[in-house]
Amino acid sequence: MFQVAVIKDIFVERPGGNVALFSMKKSASRGQKLWQGREHRQTLIKGLLLGATIISCGSVLAILGFLCYFAIPIFSQGHLGEIFAWEWRPFQGRFGILPMVAGSLCLAAAAMCLAFPLALGICGFAQGLGPKRLGRPLLGLIHFMTGIPTVIYGFVSVIFLVPLVRGLFTQSSGYSWLTATLTLSLMILPTIVLVIQAQLEQVDARVRLAAAALGFSPAQTLLWVLAPLASRGFWAGAVLGFSRAIGDTIIALMVAGNAAQVPHSFLDSIRTLTAHIALVVATDSTSRAYQSIFASGLILFGLTAAVNLCLRRLQAGASGATRHD
Amino acid sequence: MIKGITFLAQAFSWLAVVVTLGAIFLFLGFLGVRGLDTLNLALFFGQTSPWEAITAQLPVWHGIWPACVGTVVLVLLSSLLAIPLGLASGIYLAQYAGGSWKKWFSLAVELLAAIPSIVMGLFGFALILFLRKTLAPQANTCLLLSAACLALLVLPYLILMTQTTLEALPGELRLVGLSLGFTPWQNLVQVLLPLAGRGILSGVILAVGRAAEDTAVILLTGVVANAGLPAGILDKYEALPFHIFYLAAEARSEAELSQGFGAALILLILTGALFLGAYYLQSTLSKAWDQKKLVI
Repeated sequence: MFQVAVIKDIFVERPGGNVALFSMKKSASRGQKLWQGREHRQTLIKGLLLGATIISCGSVLAILGFLCYFAIPIFSQGHLGEIFAWEWRPFQGRFGILPMVAGSLCLAAAAMCLAFPLALGICGFAQGLGPKRLGRPLLGLIHFMTGIPTVIYGFVSVIFLVPLVRGLFTQSSGYSWLTATLTLSLMILPTIVLVIQAQLEQVDARVRLAAAALGFSPAQTLLWVLAPLASRGFWAGAVLGFSRAIGDTIIALMVAGNAAQVPHSFLDSIRTLTAHIALVVATDSTSRAYQSIFASGLILFGLTAAVNLCLRRLQAGASGATRHD
Repeated sequence: MIKGITFLAQAFSWLAVVVTLGAIFLFLGFLGVRGLDTLNLALFFGQTSPWEAITAQLPVWHGIWPACVGTVVLVLLSSLLAIPLGLASGIYLAQYAGGSWKKWFSLAVELLAAIPSIVMGLFGFALILFLRKTLAPQANTCLLLSAACLALLVLPYLILMTQTTLEALPGELRLVGLSLGFTPWQNLVQVLLPLAGRGILSGVILAVGRAAEDTAVILLTGVVANAGLPAGILDKYEALPFHIFYLAAEARSEAELSQGFGAALILLILTGALFLGAYYLQSTLSKAWDQKKLVI
């Protein structure tokens, strides 16, 4: 290492022909000094970068800490039963958030049920079931869809879809579970497609020639070779899509109707945890209502963190499997 | 049997594609048809003359100019906070971190990326509640707070993009520079960063687009419907996505509604352009690399 530094100093500091004139001893001591200076600078730079990393990563702990700090009164004052109850009537002192938990899960699950099969179909189309020429532009469009702002989905849905639903089903105001499901599934679709597609392509690169040599058509390769091998990709896509659906605020807030109730039909209005947070911050100001939103925040944080840890395990398993192959 | 299943699968995939394309074109087409007519100077400035509005001599009442300025200032401020932090963290994770520390740091970044934006907004809101209780009783939600929360929101994108681009560079590059006597930092600045530049830049552009479109964070941290131009970073402000959100719920007249369409189209064009830029950079990434390899 040290010799490398000396040679470098000769080359870098004094380019040209006088390299040979250097007495090796002199340059060695000079190089040592320079090298020590460099060492200090390297340590300083590394320290700065480490500091930035600690700030970035520490912010997760800060967020969790703040949520816990404001949610602590629920546990210490014994309001746990009040918060985890099925009724939300702030004016009568009832602050249960369970309807919102149910609302979040219902909406996310319904959106997944719609978006996941569509995503499978699109991936299949791009990977062999459809004409080869249409695959790339289709994926390009799907890619572009990830860039469409959520608020625009919400806006168009309010103006276009809500009156449509109201017209079709007369007993509904149009702001319903159904409307939110349709809009939300369009939003999470590209995420699912891109995750599955990435996995399919990765597997495809390994087995394409072997499958073709055995006489499989592209469609047959996809159905009987790629799909079974890429099952982790399907799981990862489903998990990520679900987590995006749980985390969405704006679509739920704009078109789901926001009545704090457990839905009994697709035409009922529902309120999600995310929309609940936004609504309470905008309207209520009692301390118990605030406690309920910090509890909601903690639940959301926990849900998405759990989903992510699952995903991490899936990926760890996947890389293990490739090594085995 | 096999043919039957294949046929069914093909039919289903065609159906899925047609349904999805139909839905997306219906959405965008509806927005385009209703929005294109509204695109004119009056959409931005209302009855105020553009020159007086841009130089802030007169307030704009019936236009989206204040919301546009608010969004631009907000995005610039949050980029200022997020980009140095994100790039530095990404570089550290790709070049310096190792062992179990790297694992923990990566876990933290992934968790940060998974946090829903409304929780990020709630964090900002909690911060203000905390400040009011302790240090600054006058503290209130403001532009700076929103920018900080948005910076946290886009930070993981920047870190991951920087890290993966740097790690994707061929391993020899790391060794050749060092073996010729570059210090790790010189090697990074002179060799690795220039080659990873496009990838990192596309990450920055994506992060900017994400910051420009997010509504949930700013909803809790200080955006309001009628603030005019932002007076300072400790004041309330207007923003384009919130303006659209507000008009969807509160539009009282046809004129306000069509303004909502105009604003939505402007936002879509803005984020779409940013997105296409990033996509283009990413797609040229491998080509650029091949050319550079020839030069070396």
